[in-house]
Amino acid sequence: MSVFNGSRSYIIRIIFLAIFLVLLLQLLNLQVFSSKYRADAIDNAVFRKVVYPPRGIIFDRNNKAILNNTLMYDLMVTPSALKGVDTSYMCQLLGIDTAEFNKRVIEAVVRNGRFRSSAFEELLSPEKYARLEENMWRFNAGFYLQQRPVRLYPFNAAAHIMGYVGEADSGIIARSDGFYRPGDYVGRSGLEAYYERTLMGQRGVQFVIKDNKNRLQGSFENGLLDTAAVAGRGLRTYIDIEIQQLAEKLMRNKVGSIVVLEPKTGGIIAMVSAPDYNPNDLTGYNKKKNYSKLVLDVAAPLLNRAIKGRYPAGSTYKPLGALIALDEGVITPRSGIGCSGVYYGCNRPVRCTEKWAGHAANLRLAIAHSCNSFFSNTYRLTVDNPRLGGVKKGYAKWQEYVNAFGLGNRLGVDLPSEDPGNIPDTNVYNKDYRGSWNSCTNVTLGIGQDKMLVTPVQMANAMCIVANKGYFYAPHFVKSIDNESADDTVLNKFRRKHEVLTHIPDTVYEVVHSGMQDVVDVGTARAAAIPGIKICAKTGTAENFRIIDKRRVQLKDNSLFACFAPRENPRIAIAVVVENAGYGATWAAPIASLLMEKYLTDSIRAERLPEIERIAAANLMPSYLPRLQYIADSTRARFYFDLTKDSNYIRKFIRRGGSAPAPKPDSSAPRPRLVYNRFPDAVEPERTIALKKKGAA
Amino acid sequence: MSKSKGSISKGVDPVMIWLYLLLVAVGLTAIFAVTYKEGDPVIASFFSFKTDYSKQFYFFGIAGVMAIFILLTDSKFFTATANLWYAVGIGLLLLVFPFHSSVKGTESIIRFGGFQFQPAEFCKVCVCLALAKYLSLPNMDFSRTRSQLIAGAIAVVPAVMTIAQSETGLALVYFSFFMVMYREGLPATILVVGFSVAALVIATLLVEKNTLAIVLTALAALLIYAMRRQVRRDKGLLIKVVFLWAICVGIQRFAVPTLFKHVFHGYQVERIFSTIGKDVPEEYINPKDRASESATGKKKDVDYNVKQSKIAIGSGGVLGKGLLQGTQTRYDFVPEQRTDFIFCTIGEGFGFIGTSVLLLIYLLLLFRIIFIAERQRSVFSRCYAYGVAAVIFFHITINVGMTVGLAPVIGIPLPFISYGGTALITFTILLFILIRLDADRQMVLR
Repeated sequence: MSVFNGSRSYIIRIIFLAIFLVLLLQLLNLQVFSSKYRADAIDNAVFRKVVYPPRGIIFDRNNKAILNNTLMYDLMVTPSALKGVDTSYMCQLLGIDTAEFNKRVIEAVVRNGRFRSSAFEELLSPEKYARLEENMWRFNAGFYLQQRPVRLYPFNAAAHIMGYVGEADSGIIARSDGFYRPGDYVGRSGLEAYYERTLMGQRGVQFVIKDNKNRLQGSFENGLLDTAAVAGRGLRTYIDIEIQQLAEKLMRNKVGSIVVLEPKTGGIIAMVSAPDYNPNDLTGYNKKKNYSKLVLDVAAPLLNRAIKGRYPAGSTYKPLGALIALDEGVITPRSGIGCSGVYYGCNRPVRCTEKWAGHAANLRLAIAHSCNSFFSNTYRLTVDNPRLGGVKKGYAKWQEYVNAFGLGNRLGVDLPSEDPGNIPDTNVYNKDYRGSWNSCTNVTLGIGQDKMLVTPVQMANAMCIVANKGYFYAPHFVKSIDNESADDTVLNKFRRKHEVLTHIPDTVYEVVHSGMQDVVDVGTARAAAIPGIKICAKTGTAENFRIIDKRRVQLKDNSLFACFAPRENPRIAIAVVVENAGYGATWAAPIASLLMEKYLTDSIRAERLPEIERIAAANLMPSYLPRLQYIADSTRARFYFDLTKDSNYIRKFIRRGGSAPAPKPDSSAPRPRLVYNRFPDAVEPERTIALKKKGAA
Repeated sequence: MSKSKGSISKGVDPVMIWLYLLLVAVGLTAIFAVTYKEGDPVIASFFSFKTDYSKQFYFFGIAGVMAIFILLTDSKFFTATANLWYAVGIGLLLLVFPFHSSVKGTESIIRFGGFQFQPAEFCKVCVCLALAKYLSLPNMDFSRTRSQLIAGAIAVVPAVMTIAQSETGLALVYFSFFMVMYREGLPATILVVGFSVAALVIATLLVEKNTLAIVLTALAALLIYAMRRQVRRDKGLLIKVVFLWAICVGIQRFAVPTLFKHVFHGYQVERIFSTIGKDVPEEYINPKDRASESATGKKKDVDYNVKQSKIAIGSGGVLGKGLLQGTQTRYDFVPEQRTDFIFCTIGEGFGFIGTSVLLLIYLLLLFRIIFIAERQRSVFSRCYAYGVAAVIFFHITINVGMTVGLAPVIGIPLPFISYGGTALITFTILLFILIRLDADRQMVLR
């Protein structure tokens, strides 16, 4: 039979060959002609792991690290390895219940899957860490502790300057053009944000192989493609941490700001915004809780008032007004005015604090005694300068001078979001007064009021210009970057001298300096005197208005003080603002004086030490804050109540009189009406409240 | 000693032995490449019987011992006991029904001690022997339908039993024995009809059912038109064509959906459709499967295996990534990669060069078997040899076909290479009986 079917042997062989050829062609197609599979395999198996280098350290002028790195620990969990782990013991160690435990495990599974580890509890407190560390061997399979670098502020100071790091939000990620990814930590404020690229260093990339359950299995291609992380570079600053700490202490329980500058370089020695917070609160295990507390505080502890607070310059503007008028030639050092306590030059009288005859007999005396009449008059002379022709041109000229003093424009401080303050131009007045205004309309600009608003750093910088007789460097913190190279252009703008007003002759400056020295020697700020040091200063007492309960309320004056010292070869310039504190000489002047003494003599005389404690202990928090806090809290509670219909949010605000602070007695504003509609169509809520109150009474 | 050694190797085809050893070595390497964990001592773990490659190594040892026993056996033994083997094979298959233990959805495995044994796998040898025995009966006239039916039954009975054990893949292997029958004179028309039906079934799956019905009708009309003279002469022809048309449409419209809906499992239907790259149409889904699917609430990624397998093979490129360097296979992206998807490991590690060389080795083996078959004097030996070639060929085609996405995923091993004791020992026995028969080719056996 084989004889008959012998040919079929060949047919079978041809079938074999044909099928193998088909298989071979498909292999050729897959392995030789398709390129996508290689990429697919890499997508499957290679994980791009970003390695974060330690962030740079920030040093003060004496090379003390004021912002450092430390290690904290995260408790990590691998859900798939939890079988047989003593979970109840873990709950006991962490102080949570089983329900919470299960919830966290489910969260971990949702976030990262069963086989990969995710954080069970982040940034463990030292006690928890100690407890866990001791017992970790019990949980070997399911739990482990993972180190995590965390920022540390050894001096618990300079929170506003240093800023904090946080996860990059969607805005930062979008703006960074793919440089940042979700989960990256970036500087969110302060120097951390401004010098982000320097401090962050260079991220490294490790290509790691993962398996089908996303467990890491080792390096890809033996790490040939990996790039090493480069540690962030340190910043050397002008900050003197002792001055900073002293300044923060002096501003305790006050609202305001201090800026201490080095006139010769523009370096910022200290910068305080009160109220402030302990920067370590925003790094540790409680950071979320602390952060929300700070955000919700109406006193705005997160706001850096030194660069963002807008204050009327008040009398601290007067030396600048004098310099402008002298340079314009509208007054001479011998010019004087007879002031009896009020300036009647315009329809509206301008009050002056001094009444005695001769306190404004010449420029020097007028500065020393801060005569409002004199400087109102000087301002009018300046803008009504007949040489310029018309108040609008005169005002424009005046504005040019004021801008040259650094007011009304951003100085370019190396902190994010500086405020420009406010020096309105003629357009603003034209608009407000429909084009018809004169030097009387804004005469109080001459005494630093009206629409003039400056930030404390601008005030301090203006003092630097006066001290330097015409030039300044943009105020900045960072003196140098470690391993600085030509590529580091970030500091260049701080090394450029701005010779804004050097055309004013030194003799003119000397006149104003003399007046400012008299302020301390014989004038308004005798409390600020330090034996052996010639201090030039100017106090300020600025009117302070605020809108509370929809009414513009005049509050206690802001206490201002601006100074520099010593008169020859100045080494320090200070601006102090204490809100709601009264005369400049009462609070701001002694604060500045203590700082100057500490900085210039390296110590404070023993007899002044009690004064530090006295000032630090003084509580000058504005009385309206509790009221504002109450309004903010109850409004927010109402908002969440509307969202969730959970009356827990508003219950405590309905039971008024208990936890809520009593409104200010002199405030006649109506009490906030909380329209409480928990059960629509049910009992009318306000009546219920009224009934309850009646019952209580 | 030397005499007995001489008697073992006398007449043994060295090419076969070398190809066999080569393939087993490739298999061990591939299994090693998949399961070796970094840092294990290679030599020690090869003998430890703890890792898969070590186990396979021991299986190879057992297979080797069996091979030597077979070579020491008189070749007449196989002809004489062929029917007995078949009886034993069927008996084992029957034993599975009461004694099986469920492993991964199959019900075809008997477990004793720490070992697993799959009779359906082993039964291939028995069928091969029995079929050869039947076809080589002295008074055999294979042109008779009765003989054809008996021969068919010999192959199909174990296949049906295997299907009953939820091992459709292995059952299909038994249909490869039709190649032996074809060689021995099964009319080509049967195969043509078989292929036509297969083509029709595939067309049913690929083409929308109404379109296909119209095409079939048009074809029938064309045929009648072309043969209008003959039809005018013989009305019976018209009836035949219409009958044929009716059968075709019947298959297309009713038989195939019924088959898919009620005979195949849901996952098998999904695999078949995923091979041709289509979603399973509504009318092919068994209501029971749909219920269970909606109960579990998720749709499984049916072609995950094939996708990963293609990525593994495709990412190997021309030269491959090298031994132990394949990320797809090293890190478990391809499921079942020690067993059914072992070809991926070779494709990823050694690239197109590796896969084509492996296919070449297989082709050499198959051609060598055919060559050996054709040089036999005995019909038994020749039939047996064709049986071996057919079984091996079928395994290779389906296994490699499924890894490269040309065939539906059917869990059958790659001969001599896939991990698994039963498979390796079965193929070794299958091959060495042939070698033994071939060694005695000068003897006139049955």
